[in-house]
Amino acid sequence: MEYFLIIISSIFVNNILLSQFLGICPFLGVSNKLSTATGMSGAVCFVITLATVVTYLVNQYLLLPFGLGFLQTIAFILIIAALVQMVEIVLKKISPSLYQALGIFLPLITTNCAVLGVAITVVTKEFTFGGESHMLNLAEATVYALATSLGYGLAMILFAGLREHLAMNDVPKAFKGLPIALITVSIMAMAFLGFTGII
Amino acid sequence: MEDRIMSKLSLITKGFIKDNPTFVLVLGMCPTLATTTSALNGLEMGLATLFVLVLSNMAISALAPLVPDKVHIPVYIVVIATFVTVLQLLMQAYVPSVYAQLGLFIPLIVVNCIVLGRAEAFANKNGVIDSALDGLGIGIGFTMSLTAIGVVREILGSGSVFGLKFIPGDGILAFVMAPGAFMVLGYLMVLFNKYLKK
Amino acid sequence: MVLCLTLVCLFCGSILGVIYAVTQKPIAQAAQKALVESISKVLPEGGELSDAQQSQGFEYYTLTDGEVVTAYAVKSSAIGFGGSLTLMVGVLPDGTVYNTSVLSHSETPGLGAKCSTDKTFMEQWKNLGADKSLKLKKDGGDIDAITASTITSRAYTLAVSNAVEFVKSMNGGQNNE
Repeated sequence: MEYFLIIISSIFVNNILLSQFLGICPFLGVSNKLSTATGMSGAVCFVITLATVVTYLVNQYLLLPFGLGFLQTIAFILIIAALVQMVEIVLKKISPSLYQALGIFLPLITTNCAVLGVAITVVTKEFTFGGESHMLNLAEATVYALATSLGYGLAMILFAGLREHLAMNDVPKAFKGLPIALITVSIMAMAFLGFTGII
Repeated sequence: MEDRIMSKLSLITKGFIKDNPTFVLVLGMCPTLATTTSALNGLEMGLATLFVLVLSNMAISALAPLVPDKVHIPVYIVVIATFVTVLQLLMQAYVPSVYAQLGLFIPLIVVNCIVLGRAEAFANKNGVIDSALDGLGIGIGFTMSLTAIGVVREILGSGSVFGLKFIPGDGILAFVMAPGAFMVLGYLMVLFNKYLKK
Repeated sequence: MVLCLTLVCLFCGSILGVIYAVTQKPIAQAAQKALVESISKVLPEGGELSDAQQSQGFEYYTLTDGEVVTAYAVKSSAIGFGGSLTLMVGVLPDGTVYNTSVLSHSETPGLGAKCSTDKTFMEQWKNLGADKSLKLKKDGGDIDAITASTITSRAYTLAVSNAVEFVKSMNGGQNNE
């Protein structure tokens, strides 16, 4: 039940893009076409989940026991950068077809604040799923990371679909490009506000 | 002499409108949207970014000749992360309430594309002083944009500016929440495109 | 190449170590100061403040005048809209709420976050008599909620009423604990 709550809450209610504002730059950058948006979402899902697990373990068993909590930011970003690099190499070797699909997005992910944001949130914030506030354990953290990144993918793919149609419409000159896209996102965020209160 | 001063000055002022990080370069969107619920929050976030931007620009322009090309990005990230952590510690010590307000978005300055972007596009090719001025200009541009968005959202959402209430009542709550952030940024960008962009 | 990266990391790491060592004391002081300020805000003036004490899962401080306990400051939390909402609640021995202050919250800015800024909401907790019912008006009590933030207001009310119950149980059981 608790895992179910985590999943619903992080995909719909607290959608990472539309209510927490993490990972907006790539969201606006690659949502022009449905196919690239799907590729980017896949890569983000993969990296967020992996990075959260690794940073969680590092934080729990390396940084905290040695009183190095203040190195959190610097350690996390290095881990993420190294992980992205490694995923790229491994993917190239093991599954060239998947690499073809996700490869070009991987380098962009290091500076996607959704990855660092989720990693930091998981180890610093108390969650209140299931009525009592507590820090997440590893299993919950993994589910949270996966669900959050699925929420990212959902918002991204929905938006890319809208944007493909938007491109064919006649928009006033000053609104062309990003402004009209932002206003569209605003309406989407309003729709997602409707999920507030379901849990 | 006058020319030199002018050119230094233009390093700073170009960040205000011509290379405005928010409305022209469209970088650093996450803090722009998330922390502008009020004018004061926007201003504080802008200043925090300014701090990191100036210092990391200076450090990177000094380091750049010594760093092998292959590892330059990791090195830049480490340098930026260092300054961000310094900022985190200083804020916790001296302005804990501001730190609590901005929360997650202070450590996230590390992945703010503006900082790494300026390191790549400017600081690694220019001198320390020029890089500091560039960081200052872009930082001020960013601060101005954030404050502007914050002012609009605070007026519409809470009926106040910098905490001074001048419209009674509750305001339009949507503007303090997520949809308002996207909408205000969108419309300000329209105005910017129409009147300020050459 | 690797050497360069290692050197940079070591250098940055040591800089941070130094800065951490320097700022650690001010950070601790700032936290302490915030705690002391919130306690003194919710308690009447005068008397002697005790150190932190623990009982029934609450952390509390007592204000004593001679031998008599004149007020309690109780740290109490409840789950709000965005996460836990922690308050410092000043309670007199008869169950009157003297004042409250917010220690930490993660409510929505502009909505639930008003619980620490909204004048009318904050003021109603001052000297709230023990005869008042600590529930929101829409739940049949005497407390005005913050507009559009019922969940936050309900959590706030719950935290206060828990603190009051705690003080009552302390006082009913044994005096001068």
